[in-house]
Amino acid sequence: MGSFEYLLAALTPVNLLFALAGVVAGTVIGALPGLTATMAVAVLVPFTFSLEPSSALIALGAIYTGAIYGGAYAAILLNTPGTPSSIATTFDGYPMARAGRGDLALTLACLASVFGGLVGAVFLLLLAPPMATVALKFGPVEYFWLAVFGLTLISSLGEGSAIKGLMGGCMGLLLSMVGVAEVGGDVRYVGDAKALLGGIDIVSALIGLYCMPVLIDLVATSVAHLHAAEKVAGFRLREAGEILRRSKFNLARSSIIGTVVGILPGAGGSIAALVAYSEAKRSAPPGAQYGKGEPGGVLATEAANNATVGGGFIPTLVLGIPGTPPDAIILGALLVQGIRTGPTLFTQQGPIVYTFIWGLILATLIMLPIGLLIGRFAFRSIVAIPKAVLVPGVAMLTVLGSFSVHNNPHEVQQMAVLGVAAWGLAQVGFTASPIVLGLILGSIAESGYVQGHLIGGARGNVLAEFFARPISIGIMALILLGLLWPLWAKRRARTAGAGLE
Amino acid sequence: MTVRLSRSLVAAALLAAAPMLAHAADYPEKTVSYIIPFGPGGESDISARLQEPVFKKLTGQSLAIQYKPGAGGAASWAQLNSMTGDGYTVMGTNLPHIVLQPLQKDVGYQTDDINTVYWFHYTPDALMVTSDSPHKTLKDFVEAAKKASGATTMSGSGTNSANHLAQQQFDKLAGIKTTYVPFGGTGPSNTALLGKQVSGSWGYTTVQMQLGDQVRCLAVAMEKRHPKLPDCPTFKEQGFDLVGGAYRGVGVPKSTPADVQAKLAEVLARINADPDFIRKMEEGGFAMLDVGPAKMAKFMADVKARYEALAKEMGISKK
Repeated sequence: MGSFEYLLAALTPVNLLFALAGVVAGTVIGALPGLTATMAVAVLVPFTFSLEPSSALIALGAIYTGAIYGGAYAAILLNTPGTPSSIATTFDGYPMARAGRGDLALTLACLASVFGGLVGAVFLLLLAPPMATVALKFGPVEYFWLAVFGLTLISSLGEGSAIKGLMGGCMGLLLSMVGVAEVGGDVRYVGDAKALLGGIDIVSALIGLYCMPVLIDLVATSVAHLHAAEKVAGFRLREAGEILRRSKFNLARSSIIGTVVGILPGAGGSIAALVAYSEAKRSAPPGAQYGKGEPGGVLATEAANNATVGGGFIPTLVLGIPGTPPDAIILGALLVQGIRTGPTLFTQQGPIVYTFIWGLILATLIMLPIGLLIGRFAFRSIVAIPKAVLVPGVAMLTVLGSFSVHNNPHEVQQMAVLGVAAWGLAQVGFTASPIVLGLILGSIAESGYVQGHLIGGARGNVLAEFFARPISIGIMALILLGLLWPLWAKRRARTAGAGLE
Repeated sequence: MTVRLSRSLVAAALLAAAPMLAHAADYPEKTVSYIIPFGPGGESDISARLQEPVFKKLTGQSLAIQYKPGAGGAASWAQLNSMTGDGYTVMGTNLPHIVLQPLQKDVGYQTDDINTVYWFHYTPDALMVTSDSPHKTLKDFVEAAKKASGATTMSGSGTNSANHLAQQQFDKLAGIKTTYVPFGGTGPSNTALLGKQVSGSWGYTTVQMQLGDQVRCLAVAMEKRHPKLPDCPTFKEQGFDLVGGAYRGVGVPKSTPADVQAKLAEVLARINADPDFIRKMEEGGFAMLDVGPAKMAKFMADVKARYEALAKEMGISKK
């Protein structure tokens, strides 16, 4: 390897300070509903221009990894994903918080994030060039099937009824079509509303669909938001460690899923976490309470989404293709610094790259104490703050967050309309996640389909383009498995139940 | 009484007018906000980031870069003229966007509403294939495309974008028919190229710089070869009259006083003459351009005529 000397280069006091500051800033920004990892990196990028290239990179990597972890706070404590990557964290994190185990959920999220982040970073350190080729194997057709796969997972998420889940997914698909089509440029479902030209923004939808119903319910009922555990037991590290030991396969599998999905440009943390969650649920022992506060759910999503950080840097650094949206900003920052990414980066600018990767690993390790401390502070604050302060405070954050998407009121309007609609839908049993997933996956599926069709048409065989590529066939097999598994599981449960009688 | 009142009124009016009168000579006296109508990390952002330190060096004031993306830039451009016209709000402007968008639909502004004071660079169109592609030269590429009409697929960023326009123009010049496959940005378009999902790609010189020797550049749409890409021949030297790309400038609200506009253009021209700025821009793959107030009217008339004719042919134009 010979890259250990770069560990020492990364270990300078200045770099450690930037890693520390980056993790704190990222975690806090990521924790606020509506301020995503992309935004955290974008807002703080200008501060790095005056730094040395390796320090700048370490600071940006630290901000990014902190923000992805910070997204878990709002997901667990407010049922609102702080970033799209933590959508699936709400499934079990919020039920845990409602049951008085919010502090445990936060500790688990921190440990899982550090573990996942380390796995992703180690893959980046050791296997970046060969793994980058994975990114290139995925063409438009593969993205189409991947998005379809994601949509089939909605039926097995197990939040409420499967039929309503699928209907919610379809609503999300319809929402994804609003605005100017990314491919083709057609204007759809806009009417005279200029606010809709840019389409429904995912961040404003996230805030509206998840956060607004929680706020409205808080106002409408007199119950306290969250309860602290009977006796406050610190970080509950011993308990968390015990759960971690039992879930080592879950952690490893989720981290690898996160790394691989992170490598795919255009997939992102939300899909990684979703796939990891449904795999964790699928392989869980009978009796696991997924969707009702199962710690394994939090572990799976948080390990996976932090693993996408290291995974996403693989194509960014090796090929010059950003793996995730924050990577795109970091790539721009690199250009301003005068560093050109691409195949020659590792050979010609090895010192900077390896210093950065070690810096990322250090930042991830720093996240352990920092994350535990901020998590405990966040939990105590949310429990202690009276509702009369909490609700207006969070409501203001939702407006700020959606405004900051594009610095204009369009997204605030979208957020408010979707929020009220989501509250109404929740009264008749619809949950937010299928709608948001439909919205995210819809545009991926559509672009992939149109591009695949164009390419297939040019090659003279559209069917072969969609059905005869090896990776596509693999994903199609997963789709079938995803669709048939719940039926089979139900049948198994029935026969098992019959056997008992 | 009346006299005193009217005198104080005059004084108040003078006071109110003072900041408006004090400009031009001292402009800029405070931080100038520079609105980029796209998200961070793109070419508009990178080039603005490179301007920023030189602006500070020359004027002593900072340039505060803000992002207001939405609807491919239209969300910001539609608001440009309603912003304060004092020279302290400036906005990035882009071609062909500001010509094509109003032709396609009502986006809330017309091309002539956008008052660009200086076009400072462009990213020339570049036709690229992977480095192991059988197409060694532009000639190979054209011959292959001629043999199987429509079977050559080209990735590019967006529909009706600069990449799409370049593909259409070149197909016409070369008498070929290729299939344009639009992607949601330069990143996915490059992925499709490197992954060999498509036969080639329409991108910019900046992309060629970023991807390095993974790709082979068959031609660039410049008058002369790019100083940092000496192995990339121009279309012109291979017999195709194609020069262009995506142009980037700085615009202000129309209400901005003429002398302030002139001063801003002068500062931008001086930034463009800074050797360090030029070096960084060219290393990033950008091509320098100087279209100031003197050349603006003719330049805009030319590009408008060119894009409008193309838009009509491509069926983009709805008017």
